[in-house]
Amino acid sequence: MVEPRVILDSQKFGLVLERLCHQLIENHDGFADTCLIGIQPRGIHLSRRVDQTLLRLTGERNWQYGVLDPTFYRDDFRRRDMPLKPAETRIDFLVEGKDVVLIDDVFYTGRTIRAAMDGLLHYGRPARVELLVLIDRRLSRHLPIQPDYVGQTVDAVISEQVRVEWAEAEGQDKVWIVSQNAVAP
Amino acid sequence: MSPQSSPSLDKSTLSVPHLISIRDLTPADLDLIFHFSDQFREVLSRPIKRVPSLRDMTIANLFFENSTRTRISFELAEKRLSADVVNFSASSSSVKKGETLLDTVNNILAMKVDIVVMRHPSPGAPVFLAKHIDAQVVNAGDGTHEHPTQAILDAYSIRERLGRVAGLKVVIIGDIQHSRVALSNIFCLQKLGAEVMVCGPPTLIPRHMQTLNVHVSHNLREALAWCDVANVLRIQLERMEEGGGGSALRSFPSLREYAMVYGVNRRILDEVGKDILILHPGPMNRGVEITSDVADSGQSIILDQVQNGVITRMAVLYLLAARQRGPESV
Repeated sequence: MVEPRVILDSQKFGLVLERLCHQLIENHDGFADTCLIGIQPRGIHLSRRVDQTLLRLTGERNWQYGVLDPTFYRDDFRRRDMPLKPAETRIDFLVEGKDVVLIDDVFYTGRTIRAAMDGLLHYGRPARVELLVLIDRRLSRHLPIQPDYVGQTVDAVISEQVRVEWAEAEGQDKVWIVSQNAVAP
Repeated sequence: MSPQSSPSLDKSTLSVPHLISIRDLTPADLDLIFHFSDQFREVLSRPIKRVPSLRDMTIANLFFENSTRTRISFELAEKRLSADVVNFSASSSSVKKGETLLDTVNNILAMKVDIVVMRHPSPGAPVFLAKHIDAQVVNAGDGTHEHPTQAILDAYSIRERLGRVAGLKVVIIGDIQHSRVALSNIFCLQKLGAEVMVCGPPTLIPRHMQTLNVHVSHNLREALAWCDVANVLRIQLERMEEGGGGSALRSFPSLREYAMVYGVNRRILDEVGKDILILHPGPMNRGVEITSDVADSGQSIILDQVQNGVITRMAVLYLLAARQRGPESV
């Protein structure tokens, strides 16, 4: 049995977050046309952190912030045993002509992002859509989608699970890989 | 995010394959429907008011009895979930030529329909149908029996305005005898923890009411003084008119007298002096069971009910559809 391995501890976690935000600052001049959109349910922890970190680094919030639930746009409706329960979507602005940054924690098959982009287009036609993820699980894509900003790239086999924990939800910032049949420590 | 990285995701499903009667539902089912309704409310506030969830499903609306509001509400709900919709009304169909219900429906199902939404004048018709066909059945009103989606949208509207249903006192006023809305409302409100009273002339309140654990009152003022919410039902004029249908069906001397004794108007509400929430399932007979100064006032949520009708029906259809297995995944 494979021992769970930690990919990011809380110190490295903070560094990665800072780097991602600096990359955003580099690419989004002044953030006047930028919308940050966290993807429900787990991506919103990261999007909130990015929002707060950017605020600390730039001093003012020029961007717009929203959260999007892709449940109704998923392509696995009626193909899973239990329907997913949707979470809140809150986008109080139109994305028409905006630079949108979609934010999620783990990027895996690409199907969630595909669904989120479908949902996003119901709020207008953005000028550009980018993807920011904390963890990119390479080699497991089902769709031709690639992230623009990556916290950490991970090679994990399908039987392994990448877990992202947040200080505000689980008490500690941590990313680790567990094998599906391993017992959590 | 991949499904595999979301171990804490909350999953849920309805406990029933069809929506025939509120009596079949659990309180958890109702909460689930309300949760989904909240999300669909947001969908309807978007520039594009549509999600693709039911794009591979076909829904038949079979209306063997007249309806405007319910049929349009279901049709909009279905279209906003991207389902294909076929409509059928008895007046323009082969029912007039003597075809049986089962034959009519089987013919429609032969055209690959996944969900049937049916309104029928006979109580129990949807149960009969659910037993004999493969498709899922949604009861949109069966005779004087039940009208489950109306009760769901009523409870949802109350919850939306007052924040809760549990612990509230709700009075249902008027024609309880002929009303499927009343029965479904009683079941639904009680499951959600509300206390229910019915109020109306003795001729319009069936005797079995006591067995349902509801209070019975024949005094409107007393009932209004007791309640937090009043659901005013329509007087079914078609059953009351002289000559039309026979005088045996008449349950009170005249509409004018009914309006005087059981009509909800501004004067009686002011006398009671409470801020009572007013519901009406429509269509209203203004000046009979409810006056315009009440129906159009801030304490009435009649138009909210209509709006909530679409989102709660979207939730019901979505959750029922989720119980069906889709085409084999690729």
